[in-house]
Amino acid sequence: MTDRHRSPLSGTSRTASGTSRAARKWREALTGYAFVAPAFVGFAVFYLLPTVRAMQISLTDWNLLRAPRFVGLANFERLLHDDKFWHSCEVTLAYVLYNIPLQTALGLALAVLSDRLARSVILRALIISPYLISNVVSGLIWLFMLDPLLGLTNAWLVAVGLPHQPFLASPDQAIISVAGISIWRHTGLTALLFYAGLQSIPKHLYEAARLEGAGEWLMFRRITLPLLRPVMAFVLVTTIIGSFQVFDVIAVTTSGGPADASRVILWFIYENAFQFNKMGYASAVSILLFLVLILITLVQMRLLRADQSDLD
Amino acid sequence: MVRKLRLTVPAAFGYLMLAGFVGVSLLPFWVAIKTAITQPGDVFQTASSIAPGELTFGNFTRVLGLPSSVELTSVRASPINFALSLRNSLIYTALTVAGQLFFSSLAAYAFARLKFPGRNLMFYGFLASTMIPAIVLFIPNFILIKDLGLINTFAGMVAPTVLMTPFAVFFMRQFFLSAPRELDEAAKLEGASAFQIFWRIALPIQAGPMATLAILLSINSWNEFFWPFLVGRGEDVRVMAVALSDFMSQTSQRTPDWSGLMAALTLSILPVIALLFVFGRQIVESLQSSGMK
Repeated sequence: MTDRHRSPLSGTSRTASGTSRAARKWREALTGYAFVAPAFVGFAVFYLLPTVRAMQISLTDWNLLRAPRFVGLANFERLLHDDKFWHSCEVTLAYVLYNIPLQTALGLALAVLSDRLARSVILRALIISPYLISNVVSGLIWLFMLDPLLGLTNAWLVAVGLPHQPFLASPDQAIISVAGISIWRHTGLTALLFYAGLQSIPKHLYEAARLEGAGEWLMFRRITLPLLRPVMAFVLVTTIIGSFQVFDVIAVTTSGGPADASRVILWFIYENAFQFNKMGYASAVSILLFLVLILITLVQMRLLRADQSDLD
Repeated sequence: MVRKLRLTVPAAFGYLMLAGFVGVSLLPFWVAIKTAITQPGDVFQTASSIAPGELTFGNFTRVLGLPSSVELTSVRASPINFALSLRNSLIYTALTVAGQLFFSSLAAYAFARLKFPGRNLMFYGFLASTMIPAIVLFIPNFILIKDLGLINTFAGMVAPTVLMTPFAVFFMRQFFLSAPRELDEAAKLEGASAFQIFWRIALPIQAGPMATLAILLSINSWNEFFWPFLVGRGEDVRVMAVALSDFMSQTSQRTPDWSGLMAALTLSILPVIALLFVFGRQIVESLQSSGMK
């Protein structure tokens, strides 16, 4: 920086003083484009174009070996009659329903508890530690802990007199178990987001309520919960979008099984695209998923009035 | 004033619940570690207990492809050399993080400080792209990388994320928006070029946020699975997450090599745990603020 101060008046400053406002604006714009250029190339090549390409591919029959054949909306029509597709929708929905309410409730409880009892950053670091390790690692550790034969979980269940459970190995419990693993990994982050939201609620509201003789539960319902609404909206929108795209844990624990019990929508797309080479069909499902997620997000934003705060 | 807390019955119950949460959060880490330091032959007897079996570090040397005491006494050698996968994870993480840090902050600076036609449109385009499910992009991106002959190369693995991720751009843009502009103006009068102003003045002021972003991006890249799983299956480029998944499908379904798996898995989470130890506050605070606008 210091050598810049000593630099002699060079070409740049002469032009800067001699040129018009328009020329300076033009220079700034050129600089802006140059700075954004690499990121824009990344955006265009790996986000924008592939989105358009995915839509094009969804209208074709394409196995990567022969040239794609345009089939119009045939892939989407086929979907309507594909039982495996509908089954994967059901499984995904079940996963979301097991996962989201429990994770949100636990996260909220954890946030309120740590806000009221222990505000140490160390506690919060411990609580988010599961979120910092990958889905793959979480899935593999729990695969071991939920093992029907030698898992710790079953040993403890039996020790307290409960029956032995098959967990991931059974069609009835596979998707619940996968949801449980996700809850373990994700609750800490949800709690952390709620905790941040709690910090923005003015303390005088609670003091006033206490003077009026309000108890903890009443204050939670009448002050905390309504004022957390924007954070709640953010948490719900992001966790629901994420849940519809669950893949990693399933890839390392059940591979969609047993008996298709955990073949979620992403596993269905993955199989079609990368195992059966049905690029057109897989893209059609992915585009449909995209549209459904946009719809769900818009509905949620509307219901939760996500953009408004009650504080003003 | 916040009322002084007394240890009432509800408060005691609350502390108990907090302790329960922490216990459940940490238990799987311990299970992984204690299995990793257990002799493979003891895994079956000790699996349902909290305590490890006869202690050994042989599982670590075994999965790293080093000569191991365990190998002599027990079942099998590791089918996967995790030393290579650790190296690959390091390369993959270093490339993506360095690229994203540089190119995304360059773009973020332009979005925050420079005026040019189409700026807002471009920025909202970046913003909107976070809504696109990854799988929508993976299919065309896979085909592109395949057509370019980049399957099983680091180039193909890092290509989609090295130039930018929307998150990195937004993160840095916030900080550039709120930074003081006087120094920029002064440097401009001195005749510094736009890139010099960015590189010598605007960026160094953001050393703190840059470091936080680097930590978050490193954890993300280190944990990345789906894309490397699609394009980086070859031994020479296979990252830890993919290698762990392959290891599991390669060991026998009846008697998986749990101690080997847990040893490799422990190696893969050690860097993240180390980051959490050293930069816990930054990690917690930056994740905490990610939900606030």
